[in-house]
Amino acid sequence: MSAVDLTQFHKTFFEESREGLDAMEAALLALDSGATDHELVHTIFRAAHSIKGGAATFGFADVAAFTHVAESLLEEVRSERRAVDSGLIEVLLRSVDCMRAMLERSSQGQPVADAESEALRVELVQLVSGEVAAPAVAAASMVAPVSGWNIAFTALPHLLQTGNDPLRLFRELQQLGRLEVVRAFVTDSAPAQLAELDPSQCHLGWELRLHGAVARADIDAVFDWLDGDCELTIAPLAEVAVVGAAAPATSGSPPAATGTPRPVRETAAATGAGTSGEGSSIRVGIDKVDALINMMGELVITQSMLSDIGEKFELSQLGRLRDGLVQLERTTRELQESVMRIRMLPIGSVFNRFPRLVHDLERKLDKRVKLELHGEHTELDKTVLEKIGDPLVHLVRNAIDHGLESPAQRKAAGKSETGTLKLNAYHEGGNIVVQISDDGAGLNHAAIVAKAQQRGLIAAGQELSDAEVAELIFQPGFSTAAQATDLSGRGVGMDVVRRNVRDLGGSVGVRSVSGKGSTFTITLPLTLAIIDGLVTAVGSERYIVPLTSIVESLRLRADAVRRIAGGGEVFHFRDEYLPIMRLHRAFACNDAVTDIEHGIVVVIEEDGRRVGLLVDDLLGQQQAVVKSLEAHYRRVQGISGATILSDGSVALIVDVGGVVRLGQRSKAA
Amino acid sequence: MYEDPMYEDKRATAPPLQQLTFSLADEEYGVDILAVREIRSWSRVTRIPQTPDYVLGVLNLRGAIVPIMDLRLRFGLQRESYGDDTVVIIVAIAERLFGIVVDAVSDVVDIDPAAIKPVPDMGAVVDTRYLKGLATYAERMVMLLDVEKLMRPEDVETLDAALPAIQEVEVAA
Amino acid sequence: MAKILAVDDSASMRGMVAFTLRGAGHEVTEAENGQLALDAARGGSFELVLADVNMPVMDGIAMVRELRAMDAYKGVPILMLTTESHTEKKMEGKAAGATGWLVKPFDPEQLLATVKRVLG
Repeated sequence: MSAVDLTQFHKTFFEESREGLDAMEAALLALDSGATDHELVHTIFRAAHSIKGGAATFGFADVAAFTHVAESLLEEVRSERRAVDSGLIEVLLRSVDCMRAMLERSSQGQPVADAESEALRVELVQLVSGEVAAPAVAAASMVAPVSGWNIAFTALPHLLQTGNDPLRLFRELQQLGRLEVVRAFVTDSAPAQLAELDPSQCHLGWELRLHGAVARADIDAVFDWLDGDCELTIAPLAEVAVVGAAAPATSGSPPAATGTPRPVRETAAATGAGTSGEGSSIRVGIDKVDALINMMGELVITQSMLSDIGEKFELSQLGRLRDGLVQLERTTRELQESVMRIRMLPIGSVFNRFPRLVHDLERKLDKRVKLELHGEHTELDKTVLEKIGDPLVHLVRNAIDHGLESPAQRKAAGKSETGTLKLNAYHEGGNIVVQISDDGAGLNHAAIVAKAQQRGLIAAGQELSDAEVAELIFQPGFSTAAQATDLSGRGVGMDVVRRNVRDLGGSVGVRSVSGKGSTFTITLPLTLAIIDGLVTAVGSERYIVPLTSIVESLRLRADAVRRIAGGGEVFHFRDEYLPIMRLHRAFACNDAVTDIEHGIVVVIEEDGRRVGLLVDDLLGQQQAVVKSLEAHYRRVQGISGATILSDGSVALIVDVGGVVRLGQRSKAA
Repeated sequence: MYEDPMYEDKRATAPPLQQLTFSLADEEYGVDILAVREIRSWSRVTRIPQTPDYVLGVLNLRGAIVPIMDLRLRFGLQRESYGDDTVVIIVAIAERLFGIVVDAVSDVVDIDPAAIKPVPDMGAVVDTRYLKGLATYAERMVMLLDVEKLMRPEDVETLDAALPAIQEVEVAA
Repeated sequence: MAKILAVDDSASMRGMVAFTLRGAGHEVTEAENGQLALDAARGGSFELVLADVNMPVMDGIAMVRELRAMDAYKGVPILMLTTESHTEKKMEGKAAGATGWLVKPFDPEQLLATVKRVLG
C-alpha cells in the first residue's frame, strides 16, 4: 500500500515550527508589555498546539512531549484558569527557547531532549495544576473475554445530519465479527403522517448481536463518533467468568480495521538524520511569483513570434525582427530583475528577534528600554540579510549594556527612566542603511582613551578628536570583553562587527553626543548583484550608468542649452527643463569633452526626477558585477561601486540616486 | 615622543622584525614584511573622485578593487612620472588591501626590536605621524612605516572632509 | 475516488494529509484555514472534509457550523483532525455538526483507514 515517506514533510515542519515559535515569542513579549488582547493568547496556544501535533505526527516524540506540557499550561491561560504574570511569561519564553533548541537538534538528527529541556519540562509539569490526565492508553488494554455482544442502537433524528450513516456502522461491525440483526424498528420520534417525514431525519433503531471474541473497546470505537447522536447499550452475550490470562485470541489477532500501521513512523525517525543537510530555502511572496509567470508568458509570446518570422523570413520583415529582438531583450531583463528580486527579503525578519533580546537584557542588566523599530519592510539581499544579524545583535547588546544608563542614572541626569533604542532601516542611493541609536550617555571619551592607552593603541597624552576617539572602539584589540558584563563582550569586539560588515561590502561608523546618546550607522549594498550598465567615456575614464535608470541618450545642439544665472545649465526635454550635470566636472576628469555639442547627454531618472549627464561618448552596454569600493577603500559620493571591464581595468558605477538628488537639489535652490 | 607599547611586548621575546625596505626621495623606509602581500610594477589606475590627490585611484587585483596611494604625495613631495620602473607595494591591514607607490624596493632586513628608536620631531620634512620608529641597519637609518595609520580610511575621511563636496550644478529654477 | 477538502494551517500536516490521500487516488483540495475552506467548498462539491480544529482566521468548529448551514454540505462527512484527546473538543465539534474525528498524531495508514471507514 502507500508507504508514505514522512521525511519529505520534515523541512516544512521545521520551517513552520520556527515561524510558530517566533510568533509565540512576539505574542508573549506583547503580553508582557501589558497587552491583554485575547487573540494573543490564542496565537500562542495555536503555535504550541501545531508544533505538538506536527512533532507527534512526524515522529519527534521528545518535542511533542515537551510541547504537550507547555500546551497544557497554555490551555489554562486560554480558559482563563490561570492569570498571566511576568513569571509565567518568563517560563514560557524559556520554553520557546527550549523548543527552538530541540527542533534545531531534531533537524540535525541529534538526540533531542537534554538535561535542560527535561528540567524545564518537569518545571512546567509542576506548574500545570491538577496534573495532566492519566494517559488514555489504559482503556485500550481492556480486553473482553466474551463470546459476543448485544447491541441496542437507536438513532436520534439528527444522526444523518452529522454525516454519519448507520449502514457504515454495520459494515464496520461486520468486520469485527459476525453481525446478526435481531430487530429493526421505527422509533417514536417518527411523524404519524408519512407526508411529514423528513428524509434528512432518522427514526430508526436496531437490536444487533455481534458474535465473536470482540473487544468492547473495538465496538466503542465504531460508535465513538456517535456520542450524543444515538442511544446505545452494549452488553455481553453471556457472562463469561474472567479466568486468569484472558483471551489469547483477541490479543493475538487484532481486528482487520486497525491494521498494522506502525513501521512508517519508525522509518521516518531513522531517516530523519539523513535529511538534516538542510538546503537553504526561501519563501517568496506570491506576487513575486506571479510577476515571474507573467514575464514567462511574455517570453513565450515573443519566442513564438520570432520563430514565426524565422520560418518564412523575408527582408521586408526586418523591422518586425528588430522589434521582436528588442522585446526579447526587455523581457529577458525584466525576468532577470524579477529573479533577483526573489532574493530580496524584508529586514523585519532580523528585526523581529530584537524585542526578545531587549526583553532579556532589560532584566539581566536592570535597565528600562523602549525599543522602536522602523523600516522593517526595507528589503535586502538574502545573503546580506543572513549575515547582518550577528553584527546587529552585537550593536544592540552594546547599546543597552554600555549606551543606556540605569534608571537611577537617567533620572539623575533629568531623563526619562526608560531609555529608547531605535532601529531604523532605509534605502539610500544604492545602499541600505541600518541605524541603531540610543538616547544613552554617549561614548565615554575618557574611558575609551584610557583603555586605548592601556591596550597600546595610542600613546599617552596623545590628543584625539571626537571622531578619532569613536574610531578607537573599532580597532582590533580594543575589545572591552575583559571588564564588560558577559553580555556585550562575549569576547567579540567592535572590530569584528566592522569586519563582518565589510565582508558584505558595507561600512559601519558611529556618531555620539555626550549625554545624548550614540548612533551606529551600517551602510550595506542593496544586493551583491549584477547590473546592466551603459559604459560611458569621460576623458580617459570609463563610468558605468545603470541601464534601468536611463531614460534616453541624446546629442544636444549648443543653442538647446540655456545658461542660468550662476553658471548652471539646463536643457529642454519632454516638457521640462533638466539640469545638466557635467560628469567630467563633478568627478574632476581631465581631457574630457567640455563642449556640449560634442558630447552626449544621458538623461537619467530616479524617483521620477531627472538629470542630464554629460559624457564624452557611449561605448556600449555591458553586464557589470557590482563590487564594493568600501571593501578596501571607502564610500565615495556619487559612486555606487566599481566593476571590472573586459580588459581587466576598473570602471566606476555612477550612483544615479545620488547624482540626481544633487542635480535636483541645486535646481530647487 | 611616541612609545608603542606593542613594541615593548615584542621586545621581551625579541624575535627580529623583518622589514621590507624601500627608497623614497633618497630616504630609506621599512614596512613590516608580514603586511606585504605583493610587489608589482606600475599599471594604470582608475581615478576616484572626491579623493585626496595622494590616492591615485583603484586597480583590479584579482577581482578586488584596491586603492593605490603615492607615498611621495602623501608626504608632500612631488612625483615626476609613473612608468614601468615605478613600484607598487601591496599591503594588507586587517584584510583590507591597499597599494603604496614608492621609488624602488631595496631589501628585506632583520631589525632588532631593541634597536628601534622613537621618532624625533623632524620638523616639516617628514610627516612623523606615519612612522613607528627609527632603526639603524648597516649604518643606514630606516624609517619604519606605520601602514595602519597610513591607510586608516577614517583618517582619509577626516582629511578629505576639508575637500569640496561633489560639484553641484547651480541652476536657478 | 473521492473529492476531499483538507483544511489545516500547518503546511506540513496539510501536506502529509494531501499527499497521502492523493497517493490513494483521491482528488484533494487544500485550504489554510476555515474561511478559505468555505470559499473552496462553495466552489466545489466535496465528498469529505478533513479539518484541523485550531486555525487562525476561522477555526475548525466555526467552519463546520458554516458548512452544515450550506445545503450542499448538510450530510457530507466532516472529520476533525484534533490533538485534543479529552472529550471537550470532540463534543464541541460534534455539537457543531462534525461527523467524527481523527486524533493526532496519526500516520498515513491510520488516515487512509479512517477515510475508507467514512467513505465506505
